[in-house]
Amino acid sequence: MTTIRLSIRRCDPMAGIAPHFQEYDVPVEEGMVVLEAVRYAAEKIDTTIAVRWNCEAARCGSCAAEINNVPALMCKTRIDDLAGRITVAPMRAYPIVKDLVADVSANYETERRMPAFKPFSNLKEPWKMWQPDVERSKEFRRCIECFLCQDVCHVIREHETGYFGPRHVVKAASLDTHPLDSLDRSKHMNEEGGIGYCNITKCCQEVCPEKIRITDNAIIPEKEGAADGAYDPLMRFIRSAKKDIEG
Amino acid sequence: MHRVECDILVIGAGGAGLRAAIAACDAGARVVVVSKSLLGKAHTVMAEGGIAASLGNVDGKDDWQAHFADTIIEGAYLSDWRMAEILAKEAAERVYELERYGALFDRTQDGRIMQRAFGGHTYRRLCHVGDKTGLELLRTLEDQVLHRDIEVMDETYVTKIFARNGRIQGAIGLQMKTGRFVAFEAKAIIIATGGCGRVYKVTSNSWESTADGIGLAYNIGAELMDMEMVQFHPTGMVYPPGAKGLLVTEGVRGEGGILLNSKGERFMERYAPERKELAARDIVARAIYKEIEEGRGTAHGGVYLDISHLGEAFIKHKLPSMYSQFRQFADVDITKEAMEVAPTVHYQMGGIRTDPETAATNIDGLFAAGEAAGGLHGGNRLGGNSLADILVFGKRAGEAASKHALASKLPEVSEAEALQETRRVSSYLGKSAKGPNPNALIEELRESMENGVGIIRDRSGLSKTLKEISELKSRQAQVRVPGTLVFNHGLLSALALENMLVACEAITRSALERRESRGAHWRSDFPRKSRRWHVNMVCFKGAHSMKLRTVRVRPMPQRLKRLIKHEVYR
Repeated sequence: MTTIRLSIRRCDPMAGIAPHFQEYDVPVEEGMVVLEAVRYAAEKIDTTIAVRWNCEAARCGSCAAEINNVPALMCKTRIDDLAGRITVAPMRAYPIVKDLVADVSANYETERRMPAFKPFSNLKEPWKMWQPDVERSKEFRRCIECFLCQDVCHVIREHETGYFGPRHVVKAASLDTHPLDSLDRSKHMNEEGGIGYCNITKCCQEVCPEKIRITDNAIIPEKEGAADGAYDPLMRFIRSAKKDIEG
Repeated sequence: MHRVECDILVIGAGGAGLRAAIAACDAGARVVVVSKSLLGKAHTVMAEGGIAASLGNVDGKDDWQAHFADTIIEGAYLSDWRMAEILAKEAAERVYELERYGALFDRTQDGRIMQRAFGGHTYRRLCHVGDKTGLELLRTLEDQVLHRDIEVMDETYVTKIFARNGRIQGAIGLQMKTGRFVAFEAKAIIIATGGCGRVYKVTSNSWESTADGIGLAYNIGAELMDMEMVQFHPTGMVYPPGAKGLLVTEGVRGEGGILLNSKGERFMERYAPERKELAARDIVARAIYKEIEEGRGTAHGGVYLDISHLGEAFIKHKLPSMYSQFRQFADVDITKEAMEVAPTVHYQMGGIRTDPETAATNIDGLFAAGEAAGGLHGGNRLGGNSLADILVFGKRAGEAASKHALASKLPEVSEAEALQETRRVSSYLGKSAKGPNPNALIEELRESMENGVGIIRDRSGLSKTLKEISELKSRQAQVRVPGTLVFNHGLLSALALENMLVACEAITRSALERRESRGAHWRSDFPRKSRRWHVNMVCFKGAHSMKLRTVRVRPMPQRLKRLIKHEVYR
C-alpha cells in the first residue's frame, strides 16, 4: 500500500498553540478523498486534530477547507487528482476555532437580518405555481452553505466593508425569485449588505461545489435591482431612449 | 458554571427538532435549540425522495385512509395505529404549511405540488424538490427558526439529562467551540437527535447518527421500543472504500435499473418473480446479501445495478445526482457501465417510546420526535414517511412540550450535580493517553454489529455480538484521550461511544428475543413470521442491567381495521 504525506495546519488559539503545519503519513486506497485521509490522521494518529464533517457525500457542506491553497470540499477532492504534497488548511476568511475548524457563526447572524420570505397577501390556497418559474429559484436553493464562496471572496478576505458576501446574495436571490414572494431584497443587499463592493471577479462562482452561477445569476441581477431601485428616473430615461433608437 | 434557563430545550437541529422549536415558540415558550453539528448540517439534508402526504394531486384517488393502510401493512403490522393515523391525516397540512414557510416544491402541469411514486405506496404520494427534498425542508425550517426569537446553540454536545423522581430538571452540554460546559434548566426537553446508523460499519447515515438521544433518554429511565428493526436499504455504494454505504436511490430501480450477479444472472427473478427489482426493500436487500454470501458477488463485494440500457440522455435527465455521484467518486459512467451496490444501514425504525398524541415519553417533561422516537414505522419504514414524520410529530412534540412547560415551574439543576457531570466528562482527558483510542473501539463495535446483527441474524451470531458489546463496555470505561475540552474529536468519540453501546445492546437484545422473521428483522433460525410475536419489544434500564419486556401491539379500533387487509400467517 502506498502512503501519502499529508500536511495539516494546526492551530489552537485557546491553548496558545500558534499556526504551524504538521505532517502525517497516511496510507492511500484507490479513489480516496482528502477527507478520508484527514479522518485517518484524526482518528488513528492524533485524536486532537479538529476537523468538521458530516455527510461524506458533498451534501452538507461541513468539510470546506483550503486544499493546496484552493477552497474546496474535502469530501469531494480526490487524492489522485492532486499532485505531490497535500496541504490542508482551514478557510482563511474566518476566525479559527481550532485546526481545520473555522468559526462561521457570523453567517447565521447575517441570515437573521435577511428579510424573510413574505408571500403576496390574499393568495388562494392551495397555491398555484408553474414549474418554469420554480426552476429559476431552484438553482439558488441547491446551496449547501459550505461558505467556500465567502472564503474565496477578496472583498471579505482583504477589506472590512461589511459586505454580506456571495452566499447571502444567493440567499436573497433564492427568495426574490420565489414566484409568490412579494419583496425585493436588492435594496437591503445594497444598503445593508454592501453588494456594491463586489466587483464581479467571479471567484465565488468558480469554487461553488454546487456549480451555482453565483455572479451571473445572483449577484448581477441583485446589483441591477439595486441600481434600478436607486436610480429609477435615469433608468426610465435610458429605457425610453433605447426604445427610440431601436424604434 | 454558565447557566441557561428556558421553557423548552430542544436537543437536535434536524427537521424534527427545528419543527418542534417553531411550534413551541409559536405557543409562547422560550426555546433553546442545541445540536452537536452546525445549524443546517443535520442528516435531514440527505433525504432525497420526498415527503409522503396524500394530497391526491397526481392520483386523485389517494386519501389518508390509503396512506394509513400502506403504513401499517408495510410496517409489518407493528406500527402504533394511532401514530399511523395521525401521520396519514396531518401530513398534507404540514406540507402546505412548509410551502407557506417558503419551500418550493416541484409542480404538476396545472401548478399544484407534484407527487412521485415510491416503493410500497399505493399511489403517487411523495411531494418533492428534485432529489434534494431534505435540503429544501431543512433550509426552510432553518429560515423560520432564524426569524423567530429562538436561541440556537449549535456545536454543543449534551452529555446528560438530569431527572429526579421521574421528572426532568435540565441537562448539561459541552460547547465545542469554547470548551465550556453549559447547564440548561428547562421545564421540558424534546429529544430530536435522529437515529443510530453509525453503529454499523456500512451505513448511509452521516456523522451525527450515533444514538445520542437514545442514550440520554435511556439513562434516565425512558423506554425504548422496536430497536431490532433496523432498515437496510438494498442499494448503497460499495466502492471506493470512502463512498461505501453511500445511498444509491431507489429511483434507479424505479426507472428500470436491473440487478445482476457476477455471473450475469438477473437474480431477482428467482427471489421475487413478479415484482423483481421493485419488491419491498427488505426482500431486495436480503436477496443481494444472499448472492454475495454465496459467492456470486463482485470483486468489491457487491452486485451489479445496471441502467446503461436506457441511454445517456434519459439517465442524465432522470438521475443527475446518481450520474455525478458515480462519476465523481467511483470513476464509473453509469450511462455506459453498471454500478456496484450492496445493502447499507439506512434507518432505525425503533426508538424512544412515546405517546402518539403528544410525543411524551414515560419521563415527566421529556418528549421525543423523529427518528429518535419509535412506534410509527413498525417493522419497516416506507420511503417518504420519515420526512412526513419529522414535520407531523415535530410539531406535536413542540406544542405538547410548551403546554407542559407553561403549566410547570422551572426546576433547578444543582451545582453539585452539574459539577459531578463535568468531572465525569473531563475524566476522559489524560495528559498521556494510556487508555484505548475510542475510535478503535467504535470500529470494533461497528464490525461486531455488522457481523452479528446484520441483515440476516441467528442466535449464535447475536449472542456473540452481545458478548462483545459487554466486553467493549468495560473497555470503554478505560478510554483516555489527549487534548482539551475544545473541539476534541477524541473526546466526542468517547462520549458518543457510551450512547452507541446503549443502542447496540438494545438492538441486539431485542433481536435475540424476537424469535421470528418479520419486517426488517430476519432470523435464519426462525425464518417464519409468528402470531406469537405480534408484539413490540420494550427495553429499559433496570437496577443493574438492561431489561426487556414485550407488549402486545395495541389493537386498532374497528373503524381503522376495515381499511387494511388482515395480516396472514402461514
